[in-house]
Amino acid sequence: MAKSNKPIVWGLFAAGGTVCAFVIPVMILITGVLLPLGLFGPPEASYESMTRIVSNPVVKIVLFGILFLALWHAAHRLRITVHDFGIRNDQLVARAVYGFAGLFSLIALVTLLSF
Amino acid sequence: MSQRQITFEILRYDPETETEPRFQAYCVPCEEEWVVLDALNYIKDTLDGTLNYRWSCHMAVCGSCGMMINGEPMLSCKAFIRDLPAGTIKVEPLYHFPIERDLVVVLDDFMDKLESVKPYVIPKKQRPIEDGPYKQTPKQLHQYQQYSMCINCLLCYAACPQYGLTPEFIGPAALALTHRYNLDSRDKGRRQRQEVVATHEGVWECSFVGACSEVCPKDVDPAGAIQQMKIASTADWYLEHLMPWRRS
Ligand code: SF4
Ligand code: FES
Repeated sequence: MAKSNKPIVWGLFAAGGTVCAFVIPVMILITGVLLPLGLFGPPEASYESMTRIVSNPVVKIVLFGILFLALWHAAHRLRITVHDFGIRNDQLVARAVYGFAGLFSLIALVTLLSF
Repeated sequence: MSQRQITFEILRYDPETETEPRFQAYCVPCEEEWVVLDALNYIKDTLDGTLNYRWSCHMAVCGSCGMMINGEPMLSCKAFIRDLPAGTIKVEPLYHFPIERDLVVVLDDFMDKLESVKPYVIPKKQRPIEDGPYKQTPKQLHQYQQYSMCINCLLCYAACPQYGLTPEFIGPAALALTHRYNLDSRDKGRRQRQEVVATHEGVWECSFVGACSEVCPKDVDPAGAIQQMKIASTADWYLEHLMPWRRS
């Protein structure tokens, strides 16, 4: 029996799980709750300051990392869920879900670079 | 002591003479403090001596009395009848294993898998007897103790949907025991066991459903053991591929 190459996808999945558990709730809290509630000043002003923050290259890298890992995590989770439901066409499912994660990572990248 | 008449629907099957399993109903006068195994013994002793099932200790130690009770894998010596919902109790052999006779299943597949992971201490160097025993601190014992509580009852295999879908999967108990030896301070056999653990049929077939840990009567937590081995195997993979010169 040959050793599996699953660690490539699983390592990213595990990292994505950690990111999703710790970082995403904070991001939702900031962008989805605190910001609209005006905790960072009036919405117009906070948009300005947010875009300024996002235009920082380090922030771009961090944000892309978070988004990519979260998307990858979701894709892998979906692949496993489909497998658990007894759908055996794993290669096709894998291509579809990872392709989806890749596409949206690309969109995230392009969007981040446009700031 | 209060007695209750309870109907047991028990799967009967003799693969040598019958083409299909069937259910046979028995009405058993059950005592308040009985477990399902007591009812089976009553049937065997007084109603039908042809019923086959395994048991030995009657105290959740030997691991031989596992069966499906109302569709859940349980030790029949630990399944109190008063804790089950009122009504007929359905008893079947453990899911995912071939039936040998009635409630007795064929264990060969598990035995082969268990053997493949070398479930024994592999020391770095065999010490001569004069050198005395291998010593271990309580802390070192604590590292693996939980995983050493497994009684090979195989409830976890009956609960595991992945084992049901992919019979090649090494499965929860064998992997939990692998972890047990890997964590043992006296053991240096992890690399050898990785040959099985790191394959597709090893830890990677697991999708962390967690049913194994839920049904385990000994709180072994095979699911936890498998996730820990996935992390270690991932670290191995990156080391082997990114720093190939490290491989000795
Ligand atoms: S891990 Fe638990 S459920 Fe599985 S065989 Fe061992 S004791 Fe039984
Ligand atoms: S009879 Fe030994 S575990 Fe149930």
